Amino acid sequence: MAQIVIRNLKKEFGAFTAVRESSFTIEDGEFFMLLGPSGCGKTTTLRMIAGLELPTSGEILLDGEEISQLPPRERDIAFVFQMFALYPHMNVRKNISYPLVSQGMPRAQVKAKVAEVAQILGIEDILDRPVGGLSGGDRQRVALGRAIVREPKAFMMDEPLGALDAEFREHMADELRALHDRMGATTVYVTHDQLEAMQMGDKIVVMNNAVVEQFGTPQEIYDKPATMFVASFIGSPSMNFVNFHGQLGPNASELDMLGGRFSVPQSREPFEGDMAFGVRPEHVTLSDAAGFRGEVLATEYLGTTQIVTLQTAGGEVKARIPSSQPAKPGESVGLSFDPKTVTLFDRQSGRALKSELNESVLHG
Amino acid sequence: MSSFSVTEPSSRTKWFAGTLVVLYAVITMIPLVWIALTGFKSPADAISYPPKYLIGGDSDTSFTPTLEGYVNLFTTRTRQTPEFLDANPPETWADEIVRQYDMVIVGPSKFGERFLNSVIIGFGSTFLSVFLGTLAAYAFSRFKIPLADDLLFFILSTRMMPPIAVAIPIFLMYRQLGLSDTHLGMILLYTGVNISLAVWLLKSFIDGIPTEYEEAALIDGYTRFQAFYKVVLPQAATGIASTAIFCLIFAWNEYAFAVLLTTANAQTAPPFIPTIIGVGGLDWPAIAAGVTIFLLPVMIFTILLRKHLLRGITFGAVRK
Repeated sequence: MAQIVIRNLKKEFGAFTAVRESSFTIEDGEFFMLLGPSGCGKTTTLRMIAGLELPTSGEILLDGEEISQLPPRERDIAFVFQMFALYPHMNVRKNISYPLVSQGMPRAQVKAKVAEVAQILGIEDILDRPVGGLSGGDRQRVALGRAIVREPKAFMMDEPLGALDAEFREHMADELRALHDRMGATTVYVTHDQLEAMQMGDKIVVMNNAVVEQFGTPQEIYDKPATMFVASFIGSPSMNFVNFHGQLGPNASELDMLGGRFSVPQSREPFEGDMAFGVRPEHVTLSDAAGFRGEVLATEYLGTTQIVTLQTAGGEVKARIPSSQPAKPGESVGLSFDPKTVTLFDRQSGRALKSELNESVLHG
Repeated sequence: MSSFSVTEPSSRTKWFAGTLVVLYAVITMIPLVWIALTGFKSPADAISYPPKYLIGGDSDTSFTPTLEGYVNLFTTRTRQTPEFLDANPPETWADEIVRQYDMVIVGPSKFGERFLNSVIIGFGSTFLSVFLGTLAAYAFSRFKIPLADDLLFFILSTRMMPPIAVAIPIFLMYRQLGLSDTHLGMILLYTGVNISLAVWLLKSFIDGIPTEYEEAALIDGYTRFQAFYKVVLPQAATGIASTAIFCLIFAWNEYAFAVLLTTANAQTAPPFIPTIIGVGGLDWPAIAAGVTIFLLPVMIFTILLRKHLLRGITFGAVRK
């Protein structure tokens, strides 16, 4: 089991930069999510940790040992591929035992290990089947089996649930998380699905355009986004941005926006210019008393809650309100925001402004 | 089901298609059957008119099968005086056959040797083409090679003119290098012709094998070469088998270079077979026997590899 430290990791493919100077630390035993849209460099980062790509520069420390230029077989890291990559010319048993055979483990021992892993994963009855005819879930389990059988220092998983049906995904996600909790092995998991990342991860790195945008626990990422990208990428519907031009004094806990006065978490840095007032839909309430007005454009019924889209002076705002509360398109309503949850952004750079709320998670 | 189906052909379509296939098969088989039959005829039956095509019986169109052609193919014979023949009674069934022409067998013919040359050169060059082709195709498929496209085009361009167009330069070159009439020379020549086909065919096969398999093997603790050998090669078996068949067919049937470059030592069967001339005319049964035997190796090789030609391995373990 191991701690993985990524330091200034960089990867260039010719003129294209896939990963730009990334640094973060994965603690021993963590279930660590690499989250981002496709092409953001998360898979490249994962492949560099596993040794399938060599970084252009930077360091990867596995338990303090620099491994960034070692071939994969000298790293003791297992990898679960999105497409499983089970060897098609071998049956399930051979697939799982393959990594042990390469270590030259005696046959009896291999057999015992495979049996143990099969039991953990509940695939004892398919051990002698060819991999071709297996269901998606069973392939996934075999791929996991091949990874865990050698008890590596860490697991890399590249969207392992991406190839499964939606319905089955949830089940496998639970199974994966349970497996991780049982083995306690450091796991790095790549996904573009923010829900999956929130659900399963101990910590999340959000990447975009080859850059690490934020790194922290799911709660930190959700409640205290460091950039507008993170705020909009995480959560569904995503965070609202009310755009305005204004100024924020030092230690101010109120701010003037579009003719109204709003409470915000106490500021830790003064700012003047184009700002975005970020608030999540569930922290928006509709009441006739409020001064900030908006016109209802549409409502979306979701069972216990509904999503109401409103047109305001600062742009469109979505509110998640109880279904019982009436809201009709065309109506004009007042909006109020939960002041403790507001994040202000510098619209130019997309960076969150430091405040009482997020000062603990913003670095630099 | 009597209703119209989009995916299932109707019984009439099936019947029509079946008839067409059988007809085509019969038409293409006729020359082969004719040659195989001629191999078992006597020289007189082979050129009789109307042609004889039924085995046994005594109608105008039937003949009595004989191994004369095969005996003549594998032996050299001389005509002897009646005194000599009387003094030396025939010892084997082959002796008896040639006795009817007052001849005796004096030794084996060159056919066995030529046939063996064909086997060595044909299979040798096939092995070499497929071996080098697989390595080159893997490299082109997986690694970033500078000017890869240009190199591939160059390799293909070697096939753009008929190989015989360079016969004279090769003839002179081989004479200088001492490669004329050697097994090595012929193997290299056929490999040179086949390698472009092998590289292109195998590259497309290897391109079709997802790289995840190798990466999984690398992660599982294997070296790049082991991953290639243990994971890629078994996947590429289909491609390797079909490439090998194409290469063998070319090398096996090649005639022009064989006539030009080989005379005694490394002559293959194709230039040899037409030289089987009997006494008082072409010995058609012997030629037909030679052709029949000559056809067998490629046929057997193809049948053995047939399993791989049909994509037997399930390509389902990686979901696309």
